[in-house]
Amino acid sequence: MLLIHCPYCEADLPELEFRHAGEAHVARPSNLADITDEQFEAFFFIRENRKGVVFERWRHLHGCGRFFNAARHSVSDKFIRTYKAGEPKPQLSEREIAAATPIGRGTPANEPIRLTGEGDGQ
Amino acid sequence: MQKFSALSLLREALRGHKGWGRQWDAPEPRTEYDVIIVGAGGHGLATAYYLAKEHGVTNVAVLEKGWLGGGNTGRNTTIIRSNYLYDESAGIYDHAVKLWEGLSREINYNVMYSPRGVMMLAHNVHDVQVFKRHIHANRLNGVDNEWLTPEQAKEFCPPLNISRSARYPVVGAALQRRGGTARHDAVAWGYARAASDRGVHIIQNCEVTGIDRGPDGAVSGVQTTRGPIRAKKIAVVVAGHTSVLMEMAGVRMPLESYPLQALVSEPVKPCFPCVVMSNTVHAYISQSDKGELVIGAGTDQYTSYSQTGGLHILTHTLDAICEMFPMFTRMKMLRTWGGIVDVTPDRSPILAKTPVKGLYVNCGWGTGGFKATPGSGHVFAHTIARDEPHAINAGFTLERFRTGRLIDEAAAAAVAH
Ligand SMILES: Cc1cc2nc3c(=O)[nH]c(=O)nc-3n(C[C@H](O)[C@H](O)[C@H](O)COP(=O)(O)OP(=O)(O)OC[C@H]3O[C@@H](n4cnc5c(N)ncnc54)[C@H](O)[C@@H]3O)c2cc1C
Ligand SMILES: [Zn+2]
Repeated sequence: MLLIHCPYCEADLPELEFRHAGEAHVARPSNLADITDEQFEAFFFIRENRKGVVFERWRHLHGCGRFFNAARHSVSDKFIRTYKAGEPKPQLSEREIAAATPIGRGTPANEPIRLTGEGDGQ
Repeated sequence: MQKFSALSLLREALRGHKGWGRQWDAPEPRTEYDVIIVGAGGHGLATAYYLAKEHGVTNVAVLEKGWLGGGNTGRNTTIIRSNYLYDESAGIYDHAVKLWEGLSREINYNVMYSPRGVMMLAHNVHDVQVFKRHIHANRLNGVDNEWLTPEQAKEFCPPLNISRSARYPVVGAALQRRGGTARHDAVAWGYARAASDRGVHIIQNCEVTGIDRGPDGAVSGVQTTRGPIRAKKIAVVVAGHTSVLMEMAGVRMPLESYPLQALVSEPVKPCFPCVVMSNTVHAYISQSDKGELVIGAGTDQYTSYSQTGGLHILTHTLDAICEMFPMFTRMKMLRTWGGIVDVTPDRSPILAKTPVKGLYVNCGWGTGGFKATPGSGHVFAHTIARDEPHAINAGFTLERFRTGRLIDEAAAAAVAH
């Protein structure tokens, strides 16, 4: 279970108090009736779904009830930081990202078996 | 290929089983193939097999970053059924069930397909309405699915608690008798062996790290951890990693990847005769031939590539299992694990051509694609060989998220399947 920092309550709280609310910084077009099908698809259905740093919305449902955003690493699941709704997408430093990146590479299971032991310092 | 039969078993038994050779080759990659399939899960291997068998396309490589069958194919709870709501879904899932019925014989490998019946429990008025709607829709599509009273459900599955005072009382059930299970590893191994026998190269420990495109935009090959390999047709069949692979070709996908977990108990004597699913309380259970209870849990709420999920997801499922089957409350759980499933907005898969010439994708099976493995491989091979979809997968396009022609099993079931 994740420990999540609510930027409004200013506390680290268990995931059970929160609801994940999808990719962050997806702007809803204000002229929905006028946009093309292609633009609607991009807004409504297409997702980054990155393996690496993701920006996502959370809601402190069983707490203050407010939405906020988070930067998290989608392989280690470690949060880099959370920030209030409406704040711009933060510029993350190399150090912040490195601290959340798992040692070795990729997913813990089903990665190539390294027979020679070369490479990534595992 | 060494054929498996009662005779060959007997012969090997007499020779101390020293004569069993390797079941598939481990060739060095060629510099070029007609078709490259990325991902040696069940769907990728089945695609390779049917390309060779049905279309005579044998200059094919299946590239796998880890070991074959090590993705969701080897991590799933192996439930097979075809009682989906929409015509397109009934088409593809029932196509698969028909292939499951003859698969062991066809590929001369025992995939242990066991049509022991899949029973889905209804716990409230909404469930009853949804299931009856499914039953009627299924009947129109020639897919078997029948309504059971709580008493009939208990007769079919004696461990079931149908007491009215249960926390989630059982008010009925939908039963698909042709549904059941199969041995997941055997499916991957059987298709690998049969494809290799027809000349397909299966190359493990070979991660695709880039997709090359020519000046006309068409694909021209892949970059891998074992060097570049050329091909004019590339098929991406990598489940949870589809967004990552398609990004390499500049295609953005309507997908999100989530951890999904399962667990097994200590092995016990046969005590559970069928598969039981409860969408409402979220628990799936069957018993493997080794005697373990195989239990499926839900997805985590956040997207992730971690291949591990939260413990509270598992305990939530076990609460439901113990409530419905009180006789399991003292069982010990042995192992838990997770896979990464690729979920589409309408919870239906995508098996299609893409905007990039020569690039094909088979993905979006999410929490429920094992059951479709043979059918998916069969029609996807057709799509690649003919460069046009088979009638059965014609609706499972990538464009449907633009045209709005969804196959909305998400709305139909409202949960994982
Ligand atoms: C816990 C769990 C329970 C499930 N239960 C059921 C069930 O009861 N019934 C059901 O029908 N379905 C179930 N599913 C879903 C089912 O497992 C999947 O839909 C199905 O197995 C997908 O098969 P696949 O061949 O597409 O993918 P996979 O078996 O995941 O194969 C994809 C392969 O691609 C490889 N790959 C990824 N990236 C690269 C790369 N860059 N280069 C080379 N190779 C790469 C991976 O290593 C992997 O081996 C379950 C899934 C999970 C996780
Ligand atoms: Zn809060």
